[in-house]
Formats: sequence, structure tokens, C-alpha cells
Amino acid sequence: MTTANPLATTAGESVWDRVRSFRPPSRFVPVITTFALLVGMFGAGAVRYPGFSDPQVVLNLFVDNSFLIVLAVGMTFVILTGGIDLSVGSVVALSTVVAARTMEAGWPPLAACVLVLVIGSTLGLLMGLAIHYFDVQPFIATLAGLFFARGLCFLLAGRPLPIDNHAFSSFAEASITLPGGYYTTWAVVIALLVVAVAAWVLHRTRLGRTVYAIGGSETSALLMGLPVARVKVGVYVVSGLCSAVAGLLFGLYMLSGYSLHAVGMELDAIAAVVIGGTLLTGGRGLVVGSVLGVLVLGTIQTFISFDGTLSSWWTKISIGVLLLAFVVVQRMVTRRQT
Amino acid sequence: MPDTLIKRLSGNTLLWPVLALVALIAVNLAVHPDFLSVRVQDGDLYGNVIDILRNAAPVLLIGLGMTLVIATRGIDLSVGAIAAIAGAVACVSITGSSHESALGTMLVACSLALATCVALGLWNGFLVAVLGIQPIIATLVLMTAGRGIAMLVTGGQITLVHNTHFEFLSSGFVLALPFAILLALALFGLTGILARRTALGMLIEAVGINPEASRLAGVRARTILWTVYAFSGLCAGLAGLMISANTSAADANNNGLWIELDAILAVVIGGTSLAGGRFSLTGTLIGALFIQTLKTTINVIGIPSEMNYLFKAIVVIAVCLLQSPKARALLTPRRRAHVVPKAVTA
Repeated sequence: MTTANPLATTAGESVWDRVRSFRPPSRFVPVITTFALLVGMFGAGAVRYPGFSDPQVVLNLFVDNSFLIVLAVGMTFVILTGGIDLSVGSVVALSTVVAARTMEAGWPPLAACVLVLVIGSTLGLLMGLAIHYFDVQPFIATLAGLFFARGLCFLLAGRPLPIDNHAFSSFAEASITLPGGYYTTWAVVIALLVVAVAAWVLHRTRLGRTVYAIGGSETSALLMGLPVARVKVGVYVVSGLCSAVAGLLFGLYMLSGYSLHAVGMELDAIAAVVIGGTLLTGGRGLVVGSVLGVLVLGTIQTFISFDGTLSSWWTKISIGVLLLAFVVVQRMVTRRQT
Repeated sequence: MPDTLIKRLSGNTLLWPVLALVALIAVNLAVHPDFLSVRVQDGDLYGNVIDILRNAAPVLLIGLGMTLVIATRGIDLSVGAIAAIAGAVACVSITGSSHESALGTMLVACSLALATCVALGLWNGFLVAVLGIQPIIATLVLMTAGRGIAMLVTGGQITLVHNTHFEFLSSGFVLALPFAILLALALFGLTGILARRTALGMLIEAVGINPEASRLAGVRARTILWTVYAFSGLCAGLAGLMISANTSAADANNNGLWIELDAILAVVIGGTSLAGGRFSLTGTLIGALFIQTLKTTINVIGIPSEMNYLFKAIVVIAVCLLQSPKARALLTPRRRAHVVPKAVTA
């Protein structure tokens, strides 16, 4: 319905007709909508508040949300297969605590980071195995993961631990100067790297193809002979790994490890993925959409901080309203197609 | 014949939750032999057991609503936020009244709060039943926005109230027992009668097994969905009033934080399948008591209360594995394999 029928394009059509009848491929429509929303919000901000149109504001969106971008990327993999991962916020907190503890004990930062990544992916692996081999619902298995990771945090550190490793903090504070006097941080570079790798995996590898296939119909994927078990467990490992990376980025951002870091961040990640146009039933969605979703959430916060008179709770309410709008529109679109 | 008794018991889904609860109490008794002792003070009962019963009331209430929602193959993530809204509405209404400590003020405030919660439940029901949005995501909307709404109501402040009638909701005693648990048990009994002595329970299960088939069979699936979500909202509201009465304050950020997870846990421990189609209210009662006993146990043994999460995780994993048919098949020895098909058809 939203795709143009190539057979209908005849030679007699004028350029204007072709432009007018152009419809983007249906899988890009949600992402384009999110992008339009983002541009619209920025336009409104630029008109209302002086200084909003500064490119540094855009760069700061990335700086302040680098960890959320990585989380949303991992969540996209899971949601594309029709699952959900509630444990990501707790794994972020656990990662900051583990990083703080190990560096406090004198570990070199690189070794601490490797340990954090191993812990994150192991937790993901365990949840994936429980989900696939024991038919535990993703919701419940990752709920257990949420409690488990949070519990481990409290076991390791009841109070906030500063990360005062010199190499780590100088990496955190190092800024990359861009032409025009703008700056960004290495965390943003890492986050964008993760996005690029994830997009490549999803669209250019067999693994990615299988992820979409499982989300479309797990039975069909199985009958086609695709490695369903491996990939279904794999997406939770990817999500766990992404949470660990996000945890490290959050550690860079906060320079502390604390068991109450990132409470409820899993909801932000899920909201970003949904606003980015990924279907919660799985099978449709793009990583770029999730990044745009995170940027939309970030823009709401920027809006509220620029305004100054709006109270902080409007963030939550407007995220809820946006979520609702996107879910309802998605529902209408899928209902029309079926 | 002991053989058939064992078979009947092992076929009962309540066996494992009850055993787990008994085991927990045994651990407590081993550490503190007088754990179960109850003393009478001014005609009211006090003791660990009474504390567990009283503190289990909010989770039990929310678990009741959640059980019915889950039986329709849904889930309600918004209950914690709804509980916070209930507390906020009631407290703001009480402080805004000219007779802050009067009984009438408290009744009006509570009715207003409960009406709000039913309306929010109906909203969830509208999203699920009419628009056909997945329950997880439909209720996620209110879960995200709900605490913002509660803050909007309280103006971002922790609203304190001075009303003894309101405090009675959480700390009052009737017939020597805490009022909170009596209220929760009364609702539990009422729900049980409605669900099991009328066709309602069967209709809810029918919707959970196959909404389309039950609609074709003449079940008004939509009405059932609206009803269970509204009921869940009402339960969450009552629980929210209790939580907020406990501290005589409405804290939009922390009242009922993560109680949705506790409630879902209680339902799952009680043997209600998240896949919908069958439910056990008694199981939820035992699940709620189990969770509260676990919290108390951790305090009694002297482990820091933050460890709670680790134990909860272990319980969730154990319960899920016990309920998973594949894990059971692994655990069951080959010679008893003939029992398995019978259990499936039962």
C-alpha cells in the first residue's frame, strides 16, 4: 500500500508525477516519521529559545545520551526477535560497580573493561539459554536478570564508589575538537561505532537476516533451517554485551560506580526503540530508528532544561504521550496491512 | 492409600509454593525459635507473623488484579504508577480540605483516588481491548507517564497529611487483626467467589486461551478485558492508599516503586502461567505471603536488606525452571515417564 508499484510507472509520466506518486519503502516509513518529529522538535526549539539551534546542542545530545544509544541498539536486537530485555538498566549499574571496584583494587582500566564485558555477555548468555532451552518467558527471565544484577551491585558496593583511575578519568574528560570550535567526547565515538557495527550485522550478515526471520515467524525460520537456537540466545548475549558497553560509557560519564545508577533506564531504552519505529512483535525495525528514538528523548530533556519554567515531571509525561502516539500509529499501520 | 495421596498432592500446582513457604518459615524458626510467637497488647495482636500479614497486603491486592489480567494473557506494568497516583490524589485532596482530620474528608479523598484509579484501569483496558495494543506496551505507557502525573498532582513535593482515619488504613486494627490484611482478604474472598462460583473465571480463562475463538463462541471478550484492567486499577489504587497511609505521605517517586514486579512475581510463584488461560487466586495469596516472608527472613537472619534482590532472583529462576515442562522432563527419571502425559492432559 505504501510501496510504489514499479509496473505502474510508465514512460509517459512526467517528472512531477513521479515525484508526487513517490512513496518510500514501507519499512522506512516509521524511521522517516521519527526523523521528521526530531527535525520538527528542533525547529520549534530553535524558534522558541535562543541558542537552541547551536550545533553544539546537537552534539551534546549525543554526549549526554551515548550510553542510552548503545543500550537501545542492544534492545533493538532483542525486540526484533520478538523478545524483551528488562535487565539492561541493572547490568549498566553492575558494570559501573565492577569497573569501580576492580580499578580501586589496582587493575589496569583495560583489564577492568574486559571483565565488565565478559560479565555482561555471560549474564545475557544465561538469560538467553533459560529463554530458549527452558521456555521461560523473556519478560520473566530478564526480570530475574534485573533482580540478580541489582543484587550483585549491592553485594559489591552499598555506597557510591568514585572511579579515580587516572587513565580512565583522563579518557573520560578528553574532548575531541571538531572544526568550528565544537567538541565531543570519545564515548560518542564508541557509541557511533557500536551503531555502525550493529547496522552492518543486521543488514549485511546471515545473523542479521536470521534475527529478522525469527521476529517474522519463529516456526517459519525453524522450517527454513535457520539456526534459530543460536541466534535467539545470541541476541541476549548482544544485548548483555551492549549493556556492559553502555555501563562503561555511563561510568565514563559519571566517573563513579553505584548500585542505584540507571534505575529504570530499561524503560527509556524500550521507549527509544518503540519511538524509533521497531515493532514490539518483532521482525520490523532499524537500528537507526532506535538512535533517532534516543535523540527524541534527549531533545525532550533539552527542551525542558532550555525552558526553565517547565518542571522535570513533564519529561516523563511527554515520553509517555509520545510512546502512546507511536504505538497507536504503529497499530493502525499493521492493522491496515493485515 | 498413601500412593494416591502423594499422586494427588504432587499433581497439585499449589504444592511447590506451599512447600517453599513452609521451608522459609522453618529457616526462620531455626534462627529464632520464637519466630511464630504472637503476643497480645491492648487487645491487638503483635508479632512477626502479624507484621508479615500486614505488609503483604499491598502486594496481595495488586497480585489479585494482576492474576486476572495475566489470566487473559495480558500483563499490567502500570500498577506501581497507579498506586503512586492514588496516594497523590488522596493526600492532596486531604490537605486541600478545610477539615483535614475529619473522617468525611478521608472518605471523599479515598473515593476520589479510587475513582481515578478505575479510570486509569479503563484507559489501559481501552488500549488493549479496543485498539488491540500488546498489553506490555499498552501499560508501559502509563508506567512511564504515571509517576510524572503523580508528581504533577503533588506539585513535585512529598505531601504530608495528618488524618488518623487515613493512617488507620495501614496501621489500624479490627478484631485484633490489622485492618490492611482484613481488607485485602475480604477482596480476595469476593474475587474468589466471583471468579469460581460464577462463570466469570471460566470466561476470563477462555479469553486467555484464545480471544478470537472465545469471541466466536459468544464471549464478550472486550468487556472481559475492560473489566480485568479496571479491576487491576482498583486493586492498585487500594494498595497505593495503604502504602501512602503507612507513611502518611504521598511520595510520587518512591510509593509503590517496583511493586509491579513483586506482584508479577507473586502471581508466577503461585503457579499462574504467564501464557494465560489458567489462574490460581490461592496461589497468588501464597506467593504474596512468600515474598513478604522472604523480606522478613532476610532481616531476621541479619543479611543486609539490599540482598533481597539476589534472593528474589534466585526464587524467580527456581520457580520458572520448576514450571518449565522441559526442565521438569530433564529432572524426571525415565521410569516415571508415563506420568508425564497424564499431567499434561490434566
